[in-house]
Amino acid sequence: MEAAIAIPAWRANLTTIGALMARAKNELIRVPGAAIPGVLAPTIFFLGLNGVFGALTQLRGFETGAYESFIVPVSMLQGAGFTGAAAGVNLARDIEQGWLDRLLVSPAPRWVLLAGTVLAASARSLIPATFVFAIALALGAGWPGIDGLIVTFFMVAAMAAVAACWGSFLALRFKSQSAAPLMQAGMMALILTTTAYAPLALLQGWLQDIARVNPVTQVVEAARQGFVGSVTWAETWPGLLALAGLLAVLGTLALREMRRTGR
Amino acid sequence: MSALATNVRVVRALGMRSIRQTFRRPQLIAPIIVFPTILLAIQTGGAAGAVELPGFPPVQSFLQFMLAGAMMQSLMLAGNSGGIALAVDIEMGFTDRLFSAPIPRFAIVLGRLAGTAALGLFGALWFLAIGLIFGAEIESGVAGALLAIALVTAAAMAVGGIGAAIALRTGSASVVQGLFPLVLVVLFISSAFFPQELMIEPAKTIAKYNPLSFIAEGVREPMISGINAADTLYAVLAILGIIALGLILSARALRHRLRVG
Repeated sequence: MEAAIAIPAWRANLTTIGALMARAKNELIRVPGAAIPGVLAPTIFFLGLNGVFGALTQLRGFETGAYESFIVPVSMLQGAGFTGAAAGVNLARDIEQGWLDRLLVSPAPRWVLLAGTVLAASARSLIPATFVFAIALALGAGWPGIDGLIVTFFMVAAMAAVAACWGSFLALRFKSQSAAPLMQAGMMALILTTTAYAPLALLQGWLQDIARVNPVTQVVEAARQGFVGSVTWAETWPGLLALAGLLAVLGTLALREMRRTGR
Repeated sequence: MSALATNVRVVRALGMRSIRQTFRRPQLIAPIIVFPTILLAIQTGGAAGAVELPGFPPVQSFLQFMLAGAMMQSLMLAGNSGGIALAVDIEMGFTDRLFSAPIPRFAIVLGRLAGTAALGLFGALWFLAIGLIFGAEIESGVAGALLAIALVTAAAMAVGGIGAAIALRTGSASVVQGLFPLVLVVLFISSAFFPQELMIEPAKTIAKYNPLSFIAEGVREPMISGINAADTLYAVLAILGIIALGLILSARALRHRLRVG
């Protein structure tokens, strides 16, 4: 009788994460229409906000004369927020249809199951971000430089992971797709109560106060820097720190719910 | 009982059903209230400096200006939600049961639209309350507030007619739900959120002819300056135009649905 070859745990975990990401990719290929709202919504917001609020750059205190340059990183982050929330909705659907129950009885650790969902959302967020970025360039947004582009796309991917943790937490908590508006509204509020529409000094008092303490403001500023000026470490590290903090908090909440599920 | 009285009872019963259905499902009411409220707060706080731009109409605050935009967004989403609910009824076979009942076909659509109008009314009251709580004044007083509420309610019903037509034609809730981004597009290329003169091309030119701009101005004027007969007339004409379009499309879609089953 042949002895079974033991696979190292780390390798098995990586394989499982890869399989879950491949499943998310297959979903995208088999139902391309499902990705359209995630791409369309930030694009519409970008075009709409640019057309409607473009004149705001005439106000004193704006860092750039081109509103499309100012708003494009926000729309890219919004795309990440929508994608992450969609990952939560998909997880809720998996719960409703019993698919998660089957995963839970597998020997894969709970954090691996969560990581598959979160990393898939991260990768998927690059699609709307690229689309919005291309549209913005066509409309005359400034080229952020290679370093600016790398920082922006990193921020987008990490923000999608944050949003996926939030969506997964709610999906595991409520076990229903009915929680979808909460997933989307939560991310929308988090991303837009920042310096999304105007620089800090031009925001109304209450929004200024919220934007100062909202960690996503640092993410928006870090993602925006290449579009409105040059990339510096001083503007980048607060964004990285904010993302690490958000991932730690929301990741812990999601993981706690994942561990409680089925027990 | 006369035929008219019977029809009124049917419309009322179906209208009450659609209102109850909406308020029982948070996923239907949330987009109508939560999203426009979040956007109203963020846009008001984020673009408050816009009132200092040359050419911006004299207003007490940007919130006062934006209330009409939030109401427009809410009524558009109410129309969309009404369409989704009708499509769900079709998918679940409820509409087929109504078709086989001895009631006129138009009562089925009108019942749903009554529910949509109620949602529009709720949205108008909600945003008026938000505005008043946060210090926005209604320049033309109670009469202006009532006019704005009436226009928003009627416009919700009108937009709901188009949502109902699409639901009847496709019979698919996901297709009607997929129109959500389109709702935002149509709204962004109107003067709902910003004065048309200050918008950037091509949005500026499109907004000039967008019927939603006329409705937005009709709702906004009583709030920021006073009741203006011309603006009110244009708003009413725009609503009537959308109602006519909704009726034609709904009648065609209804015929199609009865033909294909």
